[in-house]
Amino acid sequence: MNVLTGFVILLALQLCGEILARMLALPVPGPVVGLLLLLVGLAVIPALSTRVEQAAQALLSHLSLLFIPAGVGVVVHLGRLEGAVFGVVVTLGSSTLLGLTATALSLQYLMRGRTTRNSPDQRP
Amino acid sequence: MSELPLDALWVYLSGSPLFALTATLACYLQATWLFERTGQWALLNPVLVSVLVLAFGLQLSGVPYANYFEGAQFVHFLLGPATVALAFPLYRELRTLGRHAVPIALAMLVGLVTTFGSTLLIAQATGLDDLMRLSIAPKSVTAPVAMGIAERIGGLPSLTAVFAILTGVFGAVIAMPVLRLIRVHDDAARGLAIGLVSHGIGTARAFRISERAGAYAGLAMALTATLSAITLPYLLSALGI
Repeated sequence: MNVLTGFVILLALQLCGEILARMLALPVPGPVVGLLLLLVGLAVIPALSTRVEQAAQALLSHLSLLFIPAGVGVVVHLGRLEGAVFGVVVTLGSSTLLGLTATALSLQYLMRGRTTRNSPDQRP
Repeated sequence: MSELPLDALWVYLSGSPLFALTATLACYLQATWLFERTGQWALLNPVLVSVLVLAFGLQLSGVPYANYFEGAQFVHFLLGPATVALAFPLYRELRTLGRHAVPIALAMLVGLVTTFGSTLLIAQATGLDDLMRLSIAPKSVTAPVAMGIAERIGGLPSLTAVFAILTGVFGAVIAMPVLRLIRVHDDAARGLAIGLVSHGIGTARAFRISERAGAYAGLAMALTATLSAITLPYLLSALGI
């Protein structure tokens, strides 16, 4: 029951997010508004966290799975990509490398001297 | 005689959502098993392996993507509630995140400027046309949001989804080797960087490092999605693209 309750809460918040995004013509997509709504909800009503915990963790532990259908869509664009493979690979690869390095080094530099802890719960 | 029933069976299966859904889930389970079995060897990223196997299967069998998606959409649909669910790990790390709000905000700013700036510059330098450039611009944003942005700025949403997935997988694959090389050992910095460049796929990877890395990745992904959705359309029109 708990998983189902949590799932309904998540869906309801996504729905609220979609409605808000459309009615207020927000540039942010509905699910992101839903995320912010849930965050505010959890901060205001801490008891909410036990209700959504199981559903949230079930979804997040298989987050990778959810990207597969869109990824398989690559087959539709094979023709279009053919002439642009070099540009796409170089752009995608180098900007990802640069962004990753810049973010990680900045945060590590800015947090130096602060007490940080790496949580022990390394997943198997 | 024996060919006819098999043909009929294949016609039924290739048109049925059940087959595509089962194939997607089974592929993912096998790919995850393989990934864990090889000690999480980066190149065997479960999303990458599953996408390649399924895409190859579609090409080989001649089943159109639209038919496949009819079954796979049930999985695709869950991206919405999963995005909302990201609030949960964020909430659990809220106190820690709040204490480090200034460093996080600054690192996010540096990361976003670097990512979007280099994407636009390199895309232009390598001769990608306008449609390609507009479609690749939101590639570090989580797929459902990136598609929305692409639509607004005049790119091709389905092409953007492919770029976003590729970026996510690439980021997830190279993240740990690169972060070790540049000696970033703090899970906060690791998570934030992975989430910023490779959104949900990176966040999924970060959760395998630790709960803390996952929370920072989720935060970076949510902030990147929100900030990009708000600023990218204006930024591009200011740059005259």
